[in-house]
Amino acid sequence: MEAKALIESIRKISKKEVNLMEFCGTHTHEIFRYGIRQILPENIHLLSGPGCPVCVTSEEDIDYIIALSENYDLGVITFGDLVNVPGSKGSLNYLRLKGKEVRIVYSPLEAINIAKENEHKKYLLIGIGFETTAPNLAYTLIRAKEENIKNLLFLSLHKLTPPAMKAILDMGEVKIDGIIGPGHVSTIIGREGWKEIFDEYKIPFVIMGFKPEEILYGIYLLVKILEDGKPALVNAYENSVKEEGNKKALEIMYRVFEKGPAIWRGLGLIENSGLVLRDNFEEFDIRKIYPIKVASKKDNLCRCGEVLRGVLKPTECPLYAKVCTPENPKGPCMVSSEGTCAAYFLYGGE
Amino acid sequence: MEDIILLSHGSGGESTRKLIEEEILKYFRNDILEELLDSAVFNLHGKTAFTTDSFVVSPIFFPGGDIGKLSIYGTVNDLSVMGAKPLYISVGFIIEEGLSFDEFRRILQSMKLASEECGVKIVTGDTKVVEKGKGDKLFINTAGIGIIEEDLDWRGRKIEDGDLVIVNGGIGEHGIALMLERLGVKSGEEVKSDLAPLNSLTIPLLKSSKGVKFMRDPTRGGVAGILNEISQKYHIDIEVYEEEISIKDWVKSASEILGIDPLYAANEGKVVMIISKDEKEKVLEFLRVHPLGKDSRVIGEVKKGNGKVYLITKLGTKRILDTLKRDLLPRIC
Repeated sequence: MEAKALIESIRKISKKEVNLMEFCGTHTHEIFRYGIRQILPENIHLLSGPGCPVCVTSEEDIDYIIALSENYDLGVITFGDLVNVPGSKGSLNYLRLKGKEVRIVYSPLEAINIAKENEHKKYLLIGIGFETTAPNLAYTLIRAKEENIKNLLFLSLHKLTPPAMKAILDMGEVKIDGIIGPGHVSTIIGREGWKEIFDEYKIPFVIMGFKPEEILYGIYLLVKILEDGKPALVNAYENSVKEEGNKKALEIMYRVFEKGPAIWRGLGLIENSGLVLRDNFEEFDIRKIYPIKVASKKDNLCRCGEVLRGVLKPTECPLYAKVCTPENPKGPCMVSSEGTCAAYFLYGGE
Repeated sequence: MEDIILLSHGSGGESTRKLIEEEILKYFRNDILEELLDSAVFNLHGKTAFTTDSFVVSPIFFPGGDIGKLSIYGTVNDLSVMGAKPLYISVGFIIEEGLSFDEFRRILQSMKLASEECGVKIVTGDTKVVEKGKGDKLFINTAGIGIIEEDLDWRGRKIEDGDLVIVNGGIGEHGIALMLERLGVKSGEEVKSDLAPLNSLTIPLLKSSKGVKFMRDPTRGGVAGILNEISQKYHIDIEVYEEEISIKDWVKSASEILGIDPLYAANEGKVVMIISKDEKEKVLEFLRVHPLGKDSRVIGEVKKGNGKVYLITKLGTKRILDTLKRDLLPRIC
């Protein structure tokens, strides 16, 4: 259906005051980019959840990487946005400017080449992302093991989406009437991956794509379910998402990783919400090799945590746009283009 | 002769003389340059435009061009959008020791052809060689001088409510093509920079229509960057219609994967212009018969305001179109 017709249909059926939360940074970004919040009726409120992997990276984890690089002369290999995330003593970019080796790669497999080309130096590859990126990193480690690469270590900051969603629902700080289901994560875990949450909370849940028409269609379905009062878990992104997900990717992911604790910015420590290396990959596991503790100091003024939980609007944070901008971010929600603060800032959110 | 350029080629001695006379002069020769004195000497008549630009693009050869061609067209374009007919260019090379003569000659040949195409003479220059590791193969600085015929100077024309924004084709091609090349993505033949000299487009256009009020080539910062500069400089708002912007399919799909909005990606053969709305048909008609203007479109409109650019999305919603707030991949020009 055309976007304009969808908007009309939503207007026609929507009567209840509802809060819909998205759990995927790409949805956040696209919703702002297309100004979707403006065209919905006033009784439909869109909230952004902790859907951007960079944004939920904790101060502790950044501080740990910086301490490793400073104490053990490790070269750091990572993906773009992570280098700008502030820890309590600076970012990885700051580390780079101080003369430490920090390399940005676009594919984790590049790390294998870097390690091979510099045999006498140790490298730390940082794996970050949700279920969508973890299989790639897992594959990289399988390759590194096969090729017997000794100078590449690994830090998993990988996180799983359903436990974070559950944590937010359990906190109950905001009323969530419907869930804009993350399309990319669902391609990996399938509709099946959300059943447990749906069965427990019975909150209408629609997995949707990322084109403006797909988002509007998904919202239309959520509104219809809410107005009818019959909760359902619907896959509206059928071209990409299968019921059982991507079995091959899941198999690779769980061959290398198992569920373990993870620290989320804004949510704290959540058991079984992260991916940690299995014992048969422990030769890569930096946390086992250098189990140093860091004392992190939190920036009390940055309210990223509340923004991530949908409790606070970016504009309500005292730092927003005054001292915290995409050029000079004070918190991770302003770093990534998928972060809620950056989306507000770039696209003029009200 | 050796097959790579060495530090001695920049030392001012015999090797330098040979490099200049047997290589560079061979390609760039003209009556002014061949005097080989400390300055080029010539007469100028009329209002003069003068510009300079440095080129550090990596890699030095990319789909659709190379650093040499870019350094000529880039400076020609800076003159052309001001309505100046480009006449003379200076070229400064900063070469990293180890650059192969083969590559250097390919660059010289490419600059020779580019300058001939644009009708400009390379009249003076300089060559320095830096130690291996202190440069990245080759950096080029060019400066250019052109003459503006009095009635082609658009600077005094007042931009007002209702004026239109036109771009002469698809956006983001140079920036996105360079990024794909840098990432080592194997891509098809259609993926290339839009690098082109604009003098044959802008000067005849300014002659045919007095309704052109502003022109600039949207290189770094892309179309969105230029529109923000215009809106702030002239204290106006600009509304851009997302649906009217021309973007080639490969740019669209690559930019989605790279997470980069083509509105912020660099162009090297495009011009953003503001025209009076009464001249719309005439200007579009003129542009569309030119090879560099076939896909020209009105992409936006000037509104009274205070220096903001808005995008009217394809859903009909309106949002801020700000300047770029983060690094794209550096060194694309």
